[in-house]
Amino acid sequence: MAHRAYVRVLMDVDELGKVHPLKIYWEDGRGFEVDRLLDVRRAASTKAGGQGIRYTCRIRGREIYLYEDDGRWFVEARDAGMKGQA
Amino acid sequence: MRTILHSDLNNFYASVECVYEPALKAVPMAVCGDPQARHGIVLAKNMIAKRAGIVTGEAIWQARQKCPNLVVRPPSFKLYQRFSRMMKKIYGDYTFQIESFGLDECWLDVTGHRMSGEVIADELRRRAREELGLTLSVGVSFNKIFAKLGSDMKKPDATTVISPENFRDKVWPLPAGDLLFVGPATRRRLASRNLRTIGDIARCDSAALKSALGKNGEMLWLFANGLDRSPVMALDHSETVKSVGNSTTTPRDIADDQDAHMVLMVLSESVAERLREQGLKGRTVSLWVRDVDLAAFSAQKKLHADTALASEICGCALALFREHYRWAKPIRSLGVSVSELSFSEGDEQLTMFPDMRRERRYELETAVGDIRRRFGHFAIQRACLIGWKEFGAINPRDDHTIHPVGWRNTI
Repeated sequence: MAHRAYVRVLMDVDELGKVHPLKIYWEDGRGFEVDRLLDVRRAASTKAGGQGIRYTCRIRGREIYLYEDDGRWFVEARDAGMKGQA
Repeated sequence: MRTILHSDLNNFYASVECVYEPALKAVPMAVCGDPQARHGIVLAKNMIAKRAGIVTGEAIWQARQKCPNLVVRPPSFKLYQRFSRMMKKIYGDYTFQIESFGLDECWLDVTGHRMSGEVIADELRRRAREELGLTLSVGVSFNKIFAKLGSDMKKPDATTVISPENFRDKVWPLPAGDLLFVGPATRRRLASRNLRTIGDIARCDSAALKSALGKNGEMLWLFANGLDRSPVMALDHSETVKSVGNSTTTPRDIADDQDAHMVLMVLSESVAERLREQGLKGRTVSLWVRDVDLAAFSAQKKLHADTALASEICGCALALFREHYRWAKPIRSLGVSVSELSFSEGDEQLTMFPDMRRERRYELETAVGDIRRRFGHFAIQRACLIGWKEFGAINPRDDHTIHPVGWRNTI
């Protein structure tokens, strides 16, 4: 199982109001740059529960789901051995 | 022929809780009101709890007897409203004719859409699952009544089509009680005429049914034969307010006329304040009473003039109460609502001799409302409520109430 890890996000909002996440900060303070935004849609998280606007981001060659739920942002984090997972 | 969908979010409150806490899907779980405030009844339950025999409306202790390891969660109405709004947004991609029936049910008129009703229904289910993590049951038919029956037939996450070809096979064997607006009382009256299934109603003579049950009888006959023609109200339509009401389940049972007076006073004050806030006045006062066995009835009365005065609303509600309630049992919940609304800033019949006392009372109640808005609900109280801690402490204005849409008039 996974859980929702709420994270700090650095983002850019363009003239049309579209949001582009630029960097995600893990709880230990490490930042991970979003290399590319692949997809944006509303979706429920089947792994960690919760739902929201889902941003599919490529970070260091891996695809990460980043969710915005009512103003807060979370990622799906593995329950054990979270460290080292971005 | 029309294409009507009725979409029902399965176990809505419980399902939303499960979206945020997926572990709850694996255990029997129910969303229940606050037992401390005596709202401790089951509001919704997940599939596992349903299989254990838990029913909506029973007390937590009853549910625990059936299922000792039941996990109970308090309701988060704000969240449910948000999910309801998001779901309506999805419906809005297919039609603007959406009529809500509570937070979790909607009728959609998709007549003339390039996709068939069934295809839309399946797509709605897929999107609800993927985008919100919820499941839907959808009934597809040519009128609202059969569409609703269809959504009840297969649960969860299913589409049921009731067409002019198959409704005799699918709908007619169902018990009469499944039909919308057939409550326990009507069911008994139908059963006394040996009308037990929807087919029985459909096959009997409409005139006989009308003479037995009045206008309702005729309506049920039309429903049973698939002849319901009531339109799906467009979204904007439902947003115009038809009535303003409040109801409450009191911290302890209401045992006598004086208790009832207190509670009606609190409710009337809140209704009047909300009317004034929206610049409305109303003509008809309705009273709703539910006793400790959860048997409910309502009664209404027309006033001589439009009002937004708590004292007049309360007086009328109390008169209705004294007229209709015989105290066979103590009362659990009371509700007051005002309908036949009009805007207070408009043409108004002036009286030859204006009632100055009434004018002053308006000013007084408006002032009380201002004080409450600035300093909180309990900053100013009626003296008669001060001794009545349990009832005086009810703040119906900010307590959440959801009323189903009044609908009978459209037929």
